[in-house]
Amino acid sequence: MTQPPKHLELTKVDIDFPTPTGPFKALKNVNLTINKGEFVSLIGHSGCGKSTVLNIVAGLYQATKGGCLLDGKEVNEPGPERAVVFQNHSLLPWLTAYENVELAVKQVFGKQKSKAEVKEWIEHNLSLVHMDHAMHKRPDEISGGMKQRVGIARALAMEPTVLLMDEPFGALDALTRAHLQDSLMEIQKDLNNTVIMITHDVDEAVLLSDRIVMMTNGPAATVGEILDIDLPRPRDRIALADDPKYNHYRHEVLTFLYEKQRKPDENSTAKTEEKNVAQDLQEDKADSEDQAA
Amino acid sequence: MSNTTALSGVSAFLENPKANLGKLSKSLLVPLIGLLAFLFIWEIGAKSIHTSLGAFPGPMAVYEQSVNLIKDHNREREKEVAFYKRQEERNAKKLAKSPDAKIKVRPYTGKPTFFDQIGTSLITVLAGFVLASLIAIPAGIMIGLNQTLYSAFNPLIQLFKPVSPLAWLPLVTMVVSAVYVSKDPMFAKSFITSLITVSLCCLWPTLLNTAVGVSGISKDLQNVSQVLRLSWLAHVTKIVLPSSIPMIFTGLRLSLGIAWMVLIAAEMLAQNPGLGKFVWDEFQNGSSSSLGRIMVAVLVIGLIGFLLDRVMLLIQKKVSWDKTAVLR
Repeated sequence: MTQPPKHLELTKVDIDFPTPTGPFKALKNVNLTINKGEFVSLIGHSGCGKSTVLNIVAGLYQATKGGCLLDGKEVNEPGPERAVVFQNHSLLPWLTAYENVELAVKQVFGKQKSKAEVKEWIEHNLSLVHMDHAMHKRPDEISGGMKQRVGIARALAMEPTVLLMDEPFGALDALTRAHLQDSLMEIQKDLNNTVIMITHDVDEAVLLSDRIVMMTNGPAATVGEILDIDLPRPRDRIALADDPKYNHYRHEVLTFLYEKQRKPDENSTAKTEEKNVAQDLQEDKADSEDQAA
Repeated sequence: MSNTTALSGVSAFLENPKANLGKLSKSLLVPLIGLLAFLFIWEIGAKSIHTSLGAFPGPMAVYEQSVNLIKDHNREREKEVAFYKRQEERNAKKLAKSPDAKIKVRPYTGKPTFFDQIGTSLITVLAGFVLASLIAIPAGIMIGLNQTLYSAFNPLIQLFKPVSPLAWLPLVTMVVSAVYVSKDPMFAKSFITSLITVSLCCLWPTLLNTAVGVSGISKDLQNVSQVLRLSWLAHVTKIVLPSSIPMIFTGLRLSLGIAWMVLIAAEMLAQNPGLGKFVWDEFQNGSSSSLGRIMVAVLVIGLIGFLLDRVMLLIQKKVSWDKTAVLR
């Protein structure tokens, strides 16, 4: 197999945030390569710098060291080719769903598309997320799930090279979330965008991703492990529930999150356990040496 | 507002008399009782206060004077009409004698009535308010968007905000008479003086509220603007302005209230035409009806201030995107 061309590449990314008590190192030596059309999830405990990674790719943050290349070009400012779906939808509350998408479409395609084409494109994107029935409602008139759909439509309407999603379904109830996950898989199958999604939800990560990037706890967080999810698409959540491979992947992620990387406030207990494990290992070694002798 | 609630109360009452009796009594009866109690205490209290110009005017005296003021106004209008008629006739005669005769059209120079003064005051306050808003809103946006500008201007704003109009007035008067020199002035000097004084005093609430509103825009919306690569102008018109509209209107309403109060004081002190001058003139006049007339002016000033605020509220409701917000 030939080496696929590098699409999105984070190289040796460090980021320091200035605080009154000196710089805070949020990320240290983050390396990540993402291929075109790949769906990658970032998972990790809160405060581990997942959002920071996403914001660096988005161009909203600048890496202190290292950098981010998209198709060979350095990312140093935000742009519509790296559209973001924000955690809390971030729709403009004074505009209707249609107008929210329109703002993005006009900004990105205002000069290339005619008025009719713009209208058609907006409506097409809203129907992709099944929002065509409520496109002239304002955000406060629709439910949380619908708002997030509009947020996704707005991002998709920019025809991004990379779609960045910051916990897109985090604030939704389980049923709505499942529904939107299915929609997202459908859309991704059709458009074949590169997607980077942040999530807390292990099932979501395994169900949606081609690869799961697991991050270590901050400060100075970095990529801990990368898990390839080799499940055929289209994926069906019900069929997968009994799939041993699926459950194995879930188990891997859970092990990483709850054994290898405990929450920061559980660190003290984790450390003593580590010591115990180290002692066990030494004893094992001693035993085998005894046997050899 | 009490009017509209009272009206809606009446119509609701007609639809369902029993259930809405309590509601109606609350929306209509209670304010009415309050008003009657006030009139009663006023009437009693007024009788026991004796001034050098006679007893303090009670509600009845005030009513009489308001009728008189309307009569005065009508009489003045009749005089004016008669004046122009005479002038026209005179000119027509002159023209009939010799077609080349020079015709002079003199404006009527009668004493401005109470209602003329109300008109003058309203025009002045609105002009001053509009001028102040035209300065304060853009300046507030600039200051709110830029932390450095905010730090630079904040001490100045805090310094000038509490300054009384009466302190500005002499300076403004002198500057206007020195700078605003024109043979055929578009506006009277007194108008310019009042306008600038009003603007100077009512600038600050709008400026501060706009700046606070603009600097408080959610980070998410700013990120959206950045991802979309909105130009500076588009960022301001599409994101900044709409999201700070509620705060801007809070400022505007405060400003208009201040503008109205400042104007009356400024007119009084500077003898510039308007309601303030009317009050001062009546005070100097010192007739038995003067206190009653001043009282009419006080009530009218209050009423107009109230109506101005209501108008702003209506505009705010029309403009604001957040229809769920409780505006009062």
